[in-house]
Amino acid sequence: MPNVLMMVKVTIDGIEVEVEAGTSILNAARKIGGDAVPPAMCYYSKLPGTGGKCRTCLVEVAAGSTADPRPMPKLVASCSTPVQDGMVVNNKTSERVHNNRGGVVEFLLANHPLDCPICDQAGECHLQDLGYEHGSAKTRYEEERRTFDPIDIGNKIKLHMNRCILCYRCVFVANQLTENRVHGVLHRGEHAEISTFIEQAVENDFSGNMIDVCPVGALTDRTFRFKSRVWFLKPMDAERSCSKCCGKAVVWMFGNEIYRVTARKDKYGEVEDIDGKTAWLCNDCRFEHKSAADWNIAGPRVISRNSVISQGKYATSIEKPVKRIG
Amino acid sequence: MESLTNRKVVVSDKPMTFMEKLYLPGILKGMLVTFRHILMRRKTIKYPEETREFAPIYRGMHVLKRDEQGRENCTACGLCAVACPAEAITMTSEERTNADKHLYREEKYASMYEINMLRCIFCGLCEEACPKEAIFLTDRLVPTQFERGEFIYGKDKLVEPVDHRIDITKRQFTGKRTTL
Repeated sequence: MPNVLMMVKVTIDGIEVEVEAGTSILNAARKIGGDAVPPAMCYYSKLPGTGGKCRTCLVEVAAGSTADPRPMPKLVASCSTPVQDGMVVNNKTSERVHNNRGGVVEFLLANHPLDCPICDQAGECHLQDLGYEHGSAKTRYEEERRTFDPIDIGNKIKLHMNRCILCYRCVFVANQLTENRVHGVLHRGEHAEISTFIEQAVENDFSGNMIDVCPVGALTDRTFRFKSRVWFLKPMDAERSCSKCCGKAVVWMFGNEIYRVTARKDKYGEVEDIDGKTAWLCNDCRFEHKSAADWNIAGPRVISRNSVISQGKYATSIEKPVKRIG
Repeated sequence: MESLTNRKVVVSDKPMTFMEKLYLPGILKGMLVTFRHILMRRKTIKYPEETREFAPIYRGMHVLKRDEQGRENCTACGLCAVACPAEAITMTSEERTNADKHLYREEKYASMYEINMLRCIFCGLCEEACPKEAIFLTDRLVPTQFERGEFIYGKDKLVEPVDHRIDITKRQFTGKRTTL
């Protein structure tokens, strides 16, 4: 019976869930949802091969499996560890995981500049969320932060190498979505940096998706640079017919003006699947169509009420979010 | 019925006694109170010539601070505007050019920054939210005007002049933030 997948039972934070064999702990936890889900800075479910780099998704495995119930001695990266039958995982319930994750955040922030007031990603930055939950208000790092000379990678995408946490997501986007990859990670260790071959501009139809997958503000929309702050804008679900991509996007509006266009993202910050396909946006939709007449605007997007983006938008004064179809 | 508050006074119209009919003791008693006040310290001041001392944390007109080199601290991050309960603050930001490096401290600056002083409730949340120690409330008062439009304060009225700095060293939020 080759089509029947083997199902395994795994317990995460005391909640039992049944998943297919070979699923990672992280994806099993996402099936439960809520607090059981470890955060992820580098793993991106829509990009095969990502994960295992940032170490923020570390979890404690209290029992390896029914066959071998010994606990794993070290914390494991949940994004790249497959579940086994009878595995017991602690994420939120484990003090050790919390402390370790705080340490990982401290490492990520060691070289990350404190320029959130300037950064366009502020308000939708995963490192900000993580820092808020785990980071301390003061840094113990006494050395100078590493800095890079600014590199111009074209007039559509802005690269701030200083903010990069080297999650490699953008490289996977370039490998998997575009025809010719022109950027990658150069050098090693502390000197590693995202760059293009001899300062060549990144020009591919789908290169703009690097902006959406970037968990921090290293890759931002240059056409939106310093235009506004995300929490002053109103995200609206919009659609247009496009020959290159699905044309389903979120337009960020201020009054009747469209300030920027992004892909539709789910609660994990990943681009949503629409009609069974990941709704990546082409550069044409993202950068060239900033007029409200170009888009068929469906209605306000549902934003978590805990997000800063929903700040100042009183639920009674704007139209009620409509439930999206499909 | 028993009164709920016991505050009511029953009016009586009993006839005055002989002493009350004389009036003079009552007048003397009243004058005594008046003369006692002549000897007391005065509680009022002669306002325009004399002014009262302000509390060091008095929340009056805002100031947008400059750093020691005279560059504007504000980077138009929008945290004051999002913290403002009265929605009195608006701003637009722009990227600093190389020629303007001596004017603005950060890569981004506020090209327009407006506070509507009629909306402002002087709560001081903008001062508390500011990560760059740029906006402070001061002990200056917002002067009265005849036109509503004159209460919309732009950068010309808010940013402190380079040669006439506004002292904010006694404010609660001075020196509390690391500036990086």
